[in-house]
Amino acid sequence: MTTTNGSNEAIPTLQLLDPRGSRVTTRGTKGYRDRAAALTTEDLRGMYRDMVLTRRFDDEATSLQRQGELALFAPARGQEAAQVGSAYALRTQDYVFPSYREHGVLHVRGLDPVDRLRFFRGSDHGGWNPTQHNTAVYTIVIGAHALHAVGYAMGVQRDATPHDKHDGTAVITYFGDGATSQGDVNEAMVYAAVNEAPVVFFLQNNQWAISEPTTRQTRTPLYRRGEAFGMPSLRVDGNDVLAVYAATQEALERARNGEGPSFIEAFTYRMGAHTTSDDPTRYRTSDQEEEWRRRDPIDRLGTLLRAEGGLDDDFEAEIKAAGDELGAKLRTGVRALDGGPAVSSTFDDVYATPHGVVAAERAWYEAYDAGDPPAPQYAIAESAQGGAR
Amino acid sequence: MTTMAERTQTTSGGAPEPASGTQTLTMGKAINEGLRAAMRRDDKVMLMGEDIGPLGGVFRVTDGLQAEFGERRVVDTPLAESGIVGTAIGLAMRGYRPVCEIQFDGFVFPAFNQITTQLAKIHNRTRGAVQMPVVIRIPYGGGIGGVEHHGESPEALFAHTAGLRVVSPSTPQDAYTMIQEAIASPDPVIYFEPKSRYWGKGPVDLGAPVGTDTLNAAQVVRQGTDVTLVAYGPSTVTALKTADALAEEGRSAEVIDLRAISPIDTAAVVASVRKTGRCVVIHEAPVFFGAGAEIAARVTEECFYALEAPVLRVGGFHTPYPVAKHEHEYLPSVDRVLDAVDRAFAH
Repeated sequence: MTTTNGSNEAIPTLQLLDPRGSRVTTRGTKGYRDRAAALTTEDLRGMYRDMVLTRRFDDEATSLQRQGELALFAPARGQEAAQVGSAYALRTQDYVFPSYREHGVLHVRGLDPVDRLRFFRGSDHGGWNPTQHNTAVYTIVIGAHALHAVGYAMGVQRDATPHDKHDGTAVITYFGDGATSQGDVNEAMVYAAVNEAPVVFFLQNNQWAISEPTTRQTRTPLYRRGEAFGMPSLRVDGNDVLAVYAATQEALERARNGEGPSFIEAFTYRMGAHTTSDDPTRYRTSDQEEEWRRRDPIDRLGTLLRAEGGLDDDFEAEIKAAGDELGAKLRTGVRALDGGPAVSSTFDDVYATPHGVVAAERAWYEAYDAGDPPAPQYAIAESAQGGAR
Repeated sequence: MTTMAERTQTTSGGAPEPASGTQTLTMGKAINEGLRAAMRRDDKVMLMGEDIGPLGGVFRVTDGLQAEFGERRVVDTPLAESGIVGTAIGLAMRGYRPVCEIQFDGFVFPAFNQITTQLAKIHNRTRGAVQMPVVIRIPYGGGIGGVEHHGESPEALFAHTAGLRVVSPSTPQDAYTMIQEAIASPDPVIYFEPKSRYWGKGPVDLGAPVGTDTLNAAQVVRQGTDVTLVAYGPSTVTALKTADALAEEGRSAEVIDLRAISPIDTAAVVASVRKTGRCVVIHEAPVFFGAGAEIAARVTEECFYALEAPVLRVGGFHTPYPVAKHEHEYLPSVDRVLDAVDRAFAH
């Protein structure tokens, strides 16, 4: 498949499943087709289910925000294939560095759905323990986490024994088209390349950085950025879960084999708003949105599955029931976060070891909160040696 | 707080002969030995920075360490400071204890985002699940005739960020001990090395215990009764020289070396000022919104009735760090500190 970048330049793009839901057998893609063919019907049903549940999570979270239960939410609608397909290629020991919209990745990683909304609720700056899921918490400063991913991968390299170039762990970092303009993402690619770090740069080009189209970020197709840093780079149809899966699996294998970093551009579309505070009608047309609705990643896989006998009404009903259960859990769980942690917990975990300033401020605050504000310090000074005047 | 008796003498005449295990070292060499000791103790400790390998760093502080510990533990990084700190964060997540060298003070700003929005906050963001035992070494301060961005003192910017510890040694012994305590700390530590003192020598007990004291506790480096001079890093020597000059005038100055400006050992300063009634704070950084402002505020709050005069500050101006030809007018000199002490006594 080829698409254009707005200047009618054809961009080679890996596609294994076309928008009509048919498998594609383009020349030169056999390696990827073999990887996709290795997915069983049960695997595909799992992917479909997880994509549908990711969208349900989006819808439920958006509703909760509209009800005032979340401060903000950043929907992933339209990016389910890019997220679920890449996450399916990961192993448990692999480490994920997400941006802040990777709800489908977190779903596949098994993170509790209520925990995934603590951040948006305003009751936590993170929401989960990264060490329990090998998944870092969201990073809000755009692109900063790409360097953390590379550093982690450098650590993986250092943990390996001389005879085993790697310990089987690969690292993946997710970021968007806007982030490709950040210095940190570019520095991350420099560090990954010169260290041959076992990391995959997974770009979801959803074509919009809030209101700015990709033409405000680049004149070249973004996958070529990876090439320029000296790593294998591939553009895939990001709404094609098979292509995403196959490309990610290949890149992760390179990482595991000590062959260094890779770059994947999953070309997709942010079907919804940037966040619940955004208004896309101010900067893009409904025609474009309609065009991409026809390329919906979930419909595409659903069509394939139905044609191949993997999807029937019973399974749809089962997924619907799981979605209803998810929705109920979110509505109950998010509201149960009410009040959040005690305010004095603000002073917790600022440092790992006692810090005099934080300790003093906590003591003052807790006394104040208890209605027992401490005496002014100068009263103490009056009785101190040499203090009385 | 440690007392004068516990402190190794380095500034007054008749410094003790090096004891067993004690060598006379420059501060730069003392840091080098501290890094070596930490790397021998824990194989997760690694160094990262520009030109720190075969060259040994532009100040030679890492001299010989790559030869001893190899390229995987002493890493010549690409010339990108945000990348140094950002990858150090990832390495810390994997269980390493990276020590980053920023080549000069003015070059830390490309890494400022990683330090303030990531390094400082990840422990808190993960509710304590992920620690950040990362040290950022920054040669800082002026007085060496450097070009632009080679003489700055940006410590207040870091002290203003919760989650970071900010320290600066003033003697080779402290430099040796503090770098090891910084590396052992589970918190990120910004370790400011006073580059004008790199070549100053003093005795270093290579077997000195490594605890947590120097990251939290000031030390009284000279006892006195009439005025308290508070300083850290390169200004500690200025304060001690001022105290010598004051002694000739019959005034007794107590000198406190803060060592840490986050946290500040307020108790040590307060105890001294309650005794002396006067306080002058000295640092090379601009006075405006500097560490001295914080100390002045705390001393005023806690020693109000003990004060004979307002707390005064001596430091840099609210200008860009000046050209080398003028830097000695900008830096706090003995003369300017004496002037401030005179003003304190005029009240």
